[in-house]
Amino acid sequence: MKRVILAIAVVVAASSARAQDVAAPGDALRGVPIIVASKPFGESYLLAEMFAQLLESHRMVVDRRMGLGQTEIAMQALRSGAIDVYPEYTGTGLLAVLHDSLTDSLASDPRRVFAHVAREFASRYGVRWLPPLGFQNSYAIAVRRSTAAQYHLRTLSDLARESGHLVAGFTADFIGRSDGLAGLARAYGVRPRAVRPLAPAVKYQALATGAVDVIDGYSTDGLLSKYDLVTLVDDKHFFPPYEAAAVVGARLQRERADAIAALTLLSGRLDESRMRVLNRRIEVDGEDVKRVAADALRDLGLTGAMSAGAPMPRSLSTKGSLPAYLWERRAAIRTLVLQHLLLVALALGAAITVAVPLALALERARSAAEPAIGVLGVLETIPSIALLAFMIPLFGIGVKPALVALWIYALYPIARSAYSGVRDADPSAVEAAEALGMTPSQRLLRVRLPLAAPVIMAGIRTAAVITVGAATLAAFIGAGGLGEPIVAGLALADTNMILSGALPAAALALVVDGVLALVERAVAPAHLRHTASR
Amino acid sequence: MSTIQAITHSGWRGERRCSLRLPSRDGSLPHVRESSGASTRREPLALAARDVVQRYGDVIALDRVSLDVAAGQSVALVGESGSGKTTLLRCFNRLVEPTSGVISVGGSNVRDRPSVELRRTIGYVPQDGGLMPHWRILRNVALVPTLLGIPNASAVATDTLALVGLPAERFGGRFPHELSGGQRQRAALARALAARPGVVLMDEPFGALDAITRSDLQAAFDALRHELSFTMLMVTHDLAEAARLADELVVMRAGRIEQQGTIERLASSPATPYVATLLERALAASAPLRELA
Repeated sequence: MKRVILAIAVVVAASSARAQDVAAPGDALRGVPIIVASKPFGESYLLAEMFAQLLESHRMVVDRRMGLGQTEIAMQALRSGAIDVYPEYTGTGLLAVLHDSLTDSLASDPRRVFAHVAREFASRYGVRWLPPLGFQNSYAIAVRRSTAAQYHLRTLSDLARESGHLVAGFTADFIGRSDGLAGLARAYGVRPRAVRPLAPAVKYQALATGAVDVIDGYSTDGLLSKYDLVTLVDDKHFFPPYEAAAVVGARLQRERADAIAALTLLSGRLDESRMRVLNRRIEVDGEDVKRVAADALRDLGLTGAMSAGAPMPRSLSTKGSLPAYLWERRAAIRTLVLQHLLLVALALGAAITVAVPLALALERARSAAEPAIGVLGVLETIPSIALLAFMIPLFGIGVKPALVALWIYALYPIARSAYSGVRDADPSAVEAAEALGMTPSQRLLRVRLPLAAPVIMAGIRTAAVITVGAATLAAFIGAGGLGEPIVAGLALADTNMILSGALPAAALALVVDGVLALVERAVAPAHLRHTASR
Repeated sequence: MSTIQAITHSGWRGERRCSLRLPSRDGSLPHVRESSGASTRREPLALAARDVVQRYGDVIALDRVSLDVAAGQSVALVGESGSGKTTLLRCFNRLVEPTSGVISVGGSNVRDRPSVELRRTIGYVPQDGGLMPHWRILRNVALVPTLLGIPNASAVATDTLALVGLPAERFGGRFPHELSGGQRQRAALARALAARPGVVLMDEPFGALDAITRSDLQAAFDALRHELSFTMLMVTHDLAEAARLADELVVMRAGRIEQQGTIERLASSPATPYVATLLERALAASAPLRELA
């Protein structure tokens, strides 16, 4: 992952240098929307929505890109100018972006960490941290109240002493980060009996039901109070401060002093208890993020009653029944399905257009075939999130980078099957074609290609199903599609919302596969399948 | 696949000869009318190989082989697997380009013409027919006339299908997998003959068929060869088939020609101990072959 980020940094450096050259005078861009983004978890959605409504209340045009997948992607988007502002935390900036470790005394001082992070981001990336919002959202290692009583747990040192009796359920993020499990083991000697990787959406439930004994939460999570959990004190100050702040990209700094002034109105105005209440309204009560954000801004006296303009849609909480929820959202789901289908169709069409001719060319230059297809195979192994992150400096965020990423994923199965198909086409038919005087291109296009049709179609079907699945991840870079409710639902712990994306996506995969099976039957009639199976 | 891979198999000795005693069921061919294909008919062409050497790395597949086949003559290459007979056959339509030596068809060096053009004037029948599985029989048979740009290619194909006993109205619209093995091989024969080539090369053309079907096809082919005169060079490991279909046999062994001659001559005065042993074993196994010899 470090290497990926390093590579991205190089590309970004190049592209941001380019962006500097085309700076335009500020007034001309007054009507250009300010792009506000969030990362895919509830508090990030809430803070970003507050930024957006605050800007709108100052008569600025805002474009929302919520739920950008994890820190790398959001930060890439900011650095490349694809977005203008999103909420971030100093500790995350320090450890996950800068990869700096400060001395213990320094790292425990929020002001010094903020100063360091702000200075380094400005000089390395041209990204500005606005003054902190006023609360910290640190890692909160939590246990059930009964467990805390049984083992006398109050601090992380206590946890280390008893950790051999306990089963931990940590998010993949926490297990992987240097300021996560590894650091906890180093600093405190925490060695749980077992560590179960858990999705953020289920960890509180897993803890409450006793499936695990200790989890990593965030100190402002609304669910901490819902489940009556005990947060253990970081007595050795292992976790750096995670002060929330708006981070702002180069364009806004250059051209929109008005926007920066508006956003700064929030600085120092939010404290942890207020955030816990707001988060709880979203995560536990299932209230609409826009409504909660609007209420918060009104309470702070920063906006009028309803600043967002449009009437708030009635919120359907997690308690509602799934069929009712799906029915209520049918129009939106239809739009998402169409978006999704369009993404898949375009990416798949482009992949077929490239991969099949490529396979035919490779049949004529076989020594190049394995290396060329090998390269596509390597691209296939790049984790989707990393590939999407690669795309941002090159193509920004939205549909374009998603299409390119999906196209790359679809190339390999099609090229591999098309090449095998034309290479292994009925050898005696191919030899007879040669012996009777067909030219090389006639043999390729009239004999090998039609004989390979069933194999090629199998590859296309595989690619199509992969693409339908992978396209849900496109939501992480703002490309829409059925991933959108999945990402938002995971962030807001809303099962109905997740299913409103996941169920249509699964159905779509089945339908696409079925339709392509019919196409396969049409292009490869019975006599060919008969031959292929012999 | 390299033709010189030393695959050991039972060879011709293991096969039943009884089929040769049976009267051929369709030995009589439909009367050949002066078909539209006749206009494209070529004169039989002489084949020649001079000091042909073919190496695959250190392996010598053909070791200074010289061979003459007169125009209109019919010659069978016999010998065990790996003896080089298929390699030699494939030199004549440039599926194999020999390391050295000269191959000529109709008196001119095969290298003097583009291989694609050369191949369209030479019929070819592989062991398993090699029909295009995705084409109907009529289109398969019309292949070479179509490649040659003959305007009535499908009429030519229809005539040729009649010649091999597969009337186009019944068989032309079928796909190869809808035919029996023998019918497929007849279609392959029709495809090789459709453009009325001066030379036909056949590589174990009836090798994969059962004894009765094989006998039928041999009879049909024999009649065809007299109807449409062409020079024929075939590969077989079946001495009885060779004796029945060819005027002369060429015995090959380890990339060399041991002897060329009629079956009678091979039997009466074998040039090498190998030829003597080969004939001896073959005659012992087959009464009809004894009659032919």
